[in-house]
Amino acid sequence: MIFLSRTLPLVIAFAFGMLGVIGYYVPHGDAQSLEREMALWMRIVFAFSYLLGLYSLLNLHWQRIRQRVAGWAYSLIAILSFAVMMVFVVYNDGLGPFTAQAEAGGYKWLFDNIQVSCASTMFSILAFFIASAAYRTFRARTPEAAVLLIAAVIVMLGRVPIGRELSDFFPIATDWLLNVPNLAAKRGILLGVSLGAIATSLRIIFGIERSYLGGGAE
Amino acid sequence: MRAKNWLSALVLAWPLASAAENAEQGIDIPAAPGIGTLLADPLPPIEEQELGELLAHPEPPIKVQAFDTPNDDGGSITLTWPRNPQISENAMYQVAIADSPSGPFRVVAEVAATGNLMSEAPALFGRRADLENHHYVNVEEFAAAGGKTPLEDGKTYYFHIDVRSAGGAIRGKVIVNAESKGNFFNNSKINNLVLCLVFSGLIMGYIGIARRRELKIRRIAGLEALDEALGRATEMGKPVLFIHGLRGMDAISTIAAVNILGRVARRTAEYDTALRVVAPDPVVLSVSQETMKASYVEAGRPDAFNPDHVFIAGTDQFSYAAAVEGIMIRDRPAAHIMMGYFYAESLLLAETGSTTGAIQIAGTDAFTQLPFFVTTCDYTLLGEELYAASAYLSGEPRMLGSLKGQDGGKAILLAVLVLGTLLETFLGWSQLTHFFTP
Repeated sequence: MIFLSRTLPLVIAFAFGMLGVIGYYVPHGDAQSLEREMALWMRIVFAFSYLLGLYSLLNLHWQRIRQRVAGWAYSLIAILSFAVMMVFVVYNDGLGPFTAQAEAGGYKWLFDNIQVSCASTMFSILAFFIASAAYRTFRARTPEAAVLLIAAVIVMLGRVPIGRELSDFFPIATDWLLNVPNLAAKRGILLGVSLGAIATSLRIIFGIERSYLGGGAE
Repeated sequence: MRAKNWLSALVLAWPLASAAENAEQGIDIPAAPGIGTLLADPLPPIEEQELGELLAHPEPPIKVQAFDTPNDDGGSITLTWPRNPQISENAMYQVAIADSPSGPFRVVAEVAATGNLMSEAPALFGRRADLENHHYVNVEEFAAAGGKTPLEDGKTYYFHIDVRSAGGAIRGKVIVNAESKGNFFNNSKINNLVLCLVFSGLIMGYIGIARRRELKIRRIAGLEALDEALGRATEMGKPVLFIHGLRGMDAISTIAAVNILGRVARRTAEYDTALRVVAPDPVVLSVSQETMKASYVEAGRPDAFNPDHVFIAGTDQFSYAAAVEGIMIRDRPAAHIMMGYFYAESLLLAETGSTTGAIQIAGTDAFTQLPFFVTTCDYTLLGEELYAASAYLSGEPRMLGSLKGQDGGKAILLAVLVLGTLLETFLGWSQLTHFFTP
């Protein structure tokens, strides 16, 4: 059992990790076709995992309805929405379930007029959340927050026509803020992220990191 | 009329002159059955004003080289030839291909007289100064009777390069040949490999040192706060909500998030605190379930594990955000732990979470979302700290050694950045950049 639960996953992680590394440096057709084959298998696994995802989603909402937990009506709407969409997907505008999805019909109409509209609504809420988050951040209670406030005011004024009308300083200062200190910070983070990714990959490939197998005890 | 005579004389004399030049240069020109055809072809009529251009008329290149394109998986041949500084800007080189020296040759590429310089493709030819005096073209397919046909590896193809200008086309007399093949190493990535080996060596070296003696690691406030958040949830008798980022299991940030989940799940199992995990992706869901189950088993609490506590909240970005926000508002978890790669939903989640009064700890390597987390969460793991979290929480010497190795790598990069800036600023020497680019 130790072999199946510990050793085998580590061997698989090492073998496929090394294959990934080698595939990056070896352009030969055989190496590339092996990589393509692995990607294909990943897609097949992913397709099957969608069944698990579907079960998880429906089960979650079914349990909420069954136990009448707070907001169970939303779960009912989720399951009904799934059922309605499923009917239109299978009907496929009269073409049936074994042909590619039609470009018109009930499924397309529901997607364009409900799903897209709801997603756009969620996205538009972001504008208000940005305002409330900015209000909290820009209260200049510390020197760092004061610097942030000043920089934000300059960038905001530099990005709107009234800023240019007030002074040429704002667009110039905005460009400088974005291209020098902001870009330097971004690149610093990216360098750290890249090194972190290398270290994490090495830890997993060489079996040092085992927390994905549970807890991480030796 | 006089101009036409001059031109005819030039065209007739040109093969002879070129042959003499080739003999001087020692260039062996294979039999070119097309030359006779060229001389037999009637030249189009020409106007007086075009004479100046035609007198400076380019000869087709002689020093043509054809070879397998380096660093690729085969199916491509590269041709190079010297740049002619006297050539008219409007002239074009035409590359023709055949699968036998006797033809038939088909035009496969056209290169402007000032275009396709070898210096423009450093990944292929390096960065020598003289490369700006040579043209190149990569041939991967040609038009055949049955449509576009890719080059076959191991098969010999023959090429010649013509020149086309206002006065018409002049056929190249040099026929070169080459075979394409797949390469076993991409030389343009050699600097990448060297850097990767250096950083890997550094990390492995520090892991070795960590086995022998204790290494001091800087404190990461966000991770120190994890215990505080879990303890608070235990005291309040409320669940902890672990929220994955939007990327799939192929992203290292998601792998790092799963590693953190393993540590968190072990603590919650020990504290007997409820842990809910939401994922946007079925593969992440399965891996999270297995990781959480293994952690509960390791903690000696397999009975406390409920697979239904790990679930998909939605696979679409804003559906996911809406579902998670609903959980935050309805279930009121004591702590929200957001780990992985987030997009625009980061602020939706974190701002909603902050209104519930929960302790919020976020970790992401998406630098565009970091400001949102910093402003709305109690603690934020910035970039690399997300990757360091699992090692930091484990406290194992080998894991801590890898963190020290990361810091060593950063020190090297910082030193190179400073050195490169000084060299570029004071000496105008920018070659150091090329060690870090393809």
